[in-house]
Amino acid sequence: MTRPKPEPVQLIKQRRDGALRALVSGVPYIQFLGITFERRGDELTAVLPFDDKLIGNPMLPALHGGVTAAFLEVTAIIELSWSYLWEDLEAGRIDAASLDPMHLPRLPKTIDFTVDYLRSGLPRDAYARARVNRSGRRYASVHVEAWQDNRSRLFAQATGHFLMPDPAQNG
Amino acid sequence: MTDPDANAPDADKLRLARQFIEAIPHSHALGMKVESIGGGAAVLSMPYDLRLVGDPRTGVIHGGAVSALMDTCCGAAVMSHPEAPAGTATIDLRIDYMRAATPGQRITARAECFHITRSVAFVRASAHDEETGIPVASATGAFTVERMKKGGAA
Repeated sequence: MTRPKPEPVQLIKQRRDGALRALVSGVPYIQFLGITFERRGDELTAVLPFDDKLIGNPMLPALHGGVTAAFLEVTAIIELSWSYLWEDLEAGRIDAASLDPMHLPRLPKTIDFTVDYLRSGLPRDAYARARVNRSGRRYASVHVEAWQDNRSRLFAQATGHFLMPDPAQNG
Repeated sequence: MTDPDANAPDADKLRLARQFIEAIPHSHALGMKVESIGGGAAVLSMPYDLRLVGDPRTGVIHGGAVSALMDTCCGAAVMSHPEAPAGTATIDLRIDYMRAATPGQRITARAECFHITRSVAFVRASAHDEETGIPVASATGAFTVERMKKGGAA
């Protein structure tokens, strides 16, 4: 019995990075905020590089609470989309080369989103990671954590519920 | 728009609040406009902008941009309360998204600070596009109440 030869690492990276790029680059609002995603295997970390236009309180100065909420929501939606895109991608049901922003699986819709502000966002880069706690056929529950200097000192966290896209509408 | 509070004793304070909110870098970046503010309530609006689109296939604004408008509007309502705090910050904010905002339409948020204690302000808000009826989103939040230091020393 012979095992199939493993795929060349470059091919795997190209496929995964290409799919992630298509997913993220297609959303104008992600570009507007300047959010990027780093990938280690299937694990994603969202990065929000500091910019003056993200300030909400010029006296402190601190990140705008709305920016924090948006950063967490973007991270949750991309993580959730990535989790089901990943399965199709790795199973060969989706061809990474054919993915572009207009031909991606549809994005989940936010039902509700609750942000917990733990400390004020400092004028420096912020990071976030999301965890899909439950992902059913119709609904998903996602938790997100954001930090700046120390991974263990969160400045915000959030939980959101999402309506999964209708598989029939994907093209 | 005429300022309904032009003759009120708090007119200067409200004008300052309006200037302050519109000068917040992120509010400015989103094109937020203070339509009215005072007595613990605020109305803020934001134009449709292609840079804020969340789904390229539908052109619908990203929920995060609506959150930013709601957060600012709720904070403005707290700042304008008669027992006005010197400052405020969001403790928590929950947003329910009822329907997609119609692409091309301006979004208007209305927030009301319905209860305030020495330390916490409770706020609810709703957001509409240019169609009346069901709001695009609604929000409830808790905000900090930062008091003026007595005796001037900070």
